[in-house]
Amino acid sequence: MTPTTEQELAEAVASATGPLRIQGGGTRDIGIPADGTVLSTSGLSGVSLYEPGAMTLVVQAGTPMAEIDALLAAQGQRLPFEPMDHRGLLGTTGTPTIGGVVAANVSGPRRIQVGAARDFALGVRFVDGSGQVLKNGGRVMKNVTGYDLVKLMAGSWGTLGVLSQVSLKVGAIPEVEATLVARGLDAANGIAALSGALGSPFDITGAAHLGPDTGGDDSETRIRFEGLAGAVAYRLGAMADRLGGDWTVVEGAASSTLWQQLRDVAPFADADIVWRLSVTPSSGPLISAMLAQNNLSHRAIFDWGGGLIWLAPDANALPDGGAKLIRAQMAALGGGHATLVKAPVTLRRELSVFEPEPPAIAALTTALRHKFDPRGILNPGLMGA
Amino acid sequence: MQMPTPNADILARKGRIVARLQAVLPAGAVIHEERETKVYECDALTAYKCPPLCAVLPETTEQVAAAMRVCFEEGVPVVPRGAGTSLAGGALPTADCVILGVARLNDVIETDYDNRIIRVQAGRTNLSVTGAVEEDGFFYAPDPSSQLACAIAGNIAMNSGGAHCLKYGVTTNNLMGVKMVMADGEIIDIGGGHLDAGGLDLLGLICGSEGQLGIVTEATLRILAKPEGARPVLVGFDSNVVAGHCVSDIIKSGILPVAIEFMDRPCIRATEAFVGAGYPDCEALLIIEVEGAEAEINDQLSRIIAIAKRHNPVELRESGSEEESAKIWLGRKSAFGAMGRINDYMCLDGTIPVSELPLVLRRIAEMSKEYGLDVGNVFHAGDGNMHPLILFDANKEGDLEKCEALGADILRLCVEVGGCLTGEHGVGVEKRDLMGAQYTPEDLEVQLAVKDVFDPKWLLNPAKVFPLSVTEGRRA
Repeated sequence: MTPTTEQELAEAVASATGPLRIQGGGTRDIGIPADGTVLSTSGLSGVSLYEPGAMTLVVQAGTPMAEIDALLAAQGQRLPFEPMDHRGLLGTTGTPTIGGVVAANVSGPRRIQVGAARDFALGVRFVDGSGQVLKNGGRVMKNVTGYDLVKLMAGSWGTLGVLSQVSLKVGAIPEVEATLVARGLDAANGIAALSGALGSPFDITGAAHLGPDTGGDDSETRIRFEGLAGAVAYRLGAMADRLGGDWTVVEGAASSTLWQQLRDVAPFADADIVWRLSVTPSSGPLISAMLAQNNLSHRAIFDWGGGLIWLAPDANALPDGGAKLIRAQMAALGGGHATLVKAPVTLRRELSVFEPEPPAIAALTTALRHKFDPRGILNPGLMGA
Repeated sequence: MQMPTPNADILARKGRIVARLQAVLPAGAVIHEERETKVYECDALTAYKCPPLCAVLPETTEQVAAAMRVCFEEGVPVVPRGAGTSLAGGALPTADCVILGVARLNDVIETDYDNRIIRVQAGRTNLSVTGAVEEDGFFYAPDPSSQLACAIAGNIAMNSGGAHCLKYGVTTNNLMGVKMVMADGEIIDIGGGHLDAGGLDLLGLICGSEGQLGIVTEATLRILAKPEGARPVLVGFDSNVVAGHCVSDIIKSGILPVAIEFMDRPCIRATEAFVGAGYPDCEALLIIEVEGAEAEINDQLSRIIAIAKRHNPVELRESGSEEESAKIWLGRKSAFGAMGRINDYMCLDGTIPVSELPLVLRRIAEMSKEYGLDVGNVFHAGDGNMHPLILFDANKEGDLEKCEALGADILRLCVEVGGCLTGEHGVGVEKRDLMGAQYTPEDLEVQLAVKDVFDPKWLLNPAKVFPLSVTEGRRA
């Protein structure tokens, strides 16, 4: 089903007699796919309102990302949270949509400085599991009127409702960007450098460390600067002085390419199993080291100053893709959550794709789902039981 | 303003409830004498007052949990209270409620510069969070004007903002985790040193829920490195419309100031008379502040000034020193006090799309005339968060009611033009009965359903946020 209006969408959900598999462009095949009729929002497309001077954009959920990027770029603006395109990593085809970005709370390297998709979502309209059209939030940047269901919808993967429209805060494309790159640092030293950078006043907009076996000849530690030309030049120099060691500067388009490949986790496109861990940044290298010590050899990319680990276990990894070990080490080293972003469907069905929640939290989550979707028809089981 | 009739059965059980609370809390943590409970009869929305049944001041999360268990078993409503600075009546008691104050939970638990986080007990004041890290070059970004007094607990309850959120965001964008006591006394942990949720974003839901979903006792907050410097420029215009266009042009240019503050003529005159900051006598005044290293500040300010000049300002004053910067900010920071010198005032908090600024200011001026009450406007222009200050005389019969009616009309206008009722103060009791202007009954029902999940007996701050008629069947 591909409704073309919000009303049609509501009717499609209301009249559904079994599970629905909610899709935007179908490019983010993550989680346990629901058995059911595909309900696509791709027919709900178009910009309702764009006010560059107010930094606000209101769009239908099925609007392709490429359309939004082009529209914003023409006014010197962009979505600052730098949403990842999953097609390369997951080998999917199709057209990524803004609804999918919000529903999956998809962000990129700049999340460490500016926030995630959930932080830029100002308002939503959605159809709940009963087929009711509901709204929350609005199109203004400060809004504390009632509960913030916008945050709840962001990252709910269509399990609470089907997004029909989202309002977003946008931001300016900076005058220039440049990246400091150091080669050959081990993960611990790389992350320590990133931590120093993020604790500086130099407005770092990207901080990543790529292990030696993730595409380059050697490990790469990257620190991104964006802004007015003079400011970027000054901050680059001051930062390199402060950190010491051997840093080279990559500017302009070459810098953009580095971060786009990182954003899309391009080095792991060939991997069969890919984990995504969100952890306390300084724990990042420790977790990776402990996994290696426990015979889970893997490749690792650390983004968000070490707090986001993209982890690709080697082909002969443990039968569960390392699930038990990864989650145990993470819990022992400060907590966080691990998502099995890429794996064969059979393995996904056996494992928890999303981080299992403690009983008290799981009870809240289950009860919330039941309120939003009493019949349990929206992407049932996608995020787990 | 209507509040629910107190439950006579609870009032009759006061002695037993107090005794049970005393049994699980340290000596002196239960305040129940009538002359003492008066301290808790209102928050910063002083127009409405009602002493609670009693107040409890626990010192640990476990004590909060113990007190909550007693209230849960006794079926007593609980009104959480941070520092009591809410302008929306978020901590206003009912006669049959227990005030649960977190003021004694004020320790720093952990500071972690490597990971740029601080973990504090939720009763700690906003400014003292920054105070704990500023010697090491860090700060906590959200800066509500009450930051000297207000507690992090209240900031989380209302998702507080401040003057600098144009760049740094509001509380929800800087909150990484909480420890929270549920209505039945269960203690849960959400979030922590990592970013984003592994499942549903419960943290985002809790932030801004006005103490209706649980009692937050600890918070993990993001701290940031202090910028090398900051400097404001003051620009005066002879028209609100032109000032509005200037704000829009600055934003479109791609420069992101940390603050763009706006004051209109009534506010300018009042602050001049009060503190003599040397502001020009003009229709509209902008204070625009940028941050960075010296050269970077100069670069940004010169671009902003070039834009401002295109709009023919009547005054343009770039700060040349710390002293001059302080003077530029002096009037803005004294604005509320200055208005309060003239008369009693009510401070509104609606947000509008920045593009609607000229229309909304014109309509407010018209309404002000119709009602015969003066309104001054001082607000965060960059994000459209308005703070119209309605002047009235509390001692004059009918003036408060007239003021409330004008306030409601202004807030409805904010919603009509695409904005919302409250940008950073919260709904509380103040805007409770206007919720229908922004949300349909179905939109409200799903929010009530969320509260049903967290607080099935509706004991936590039950008479707030939603119109009483809507919550009637749910409240105990």
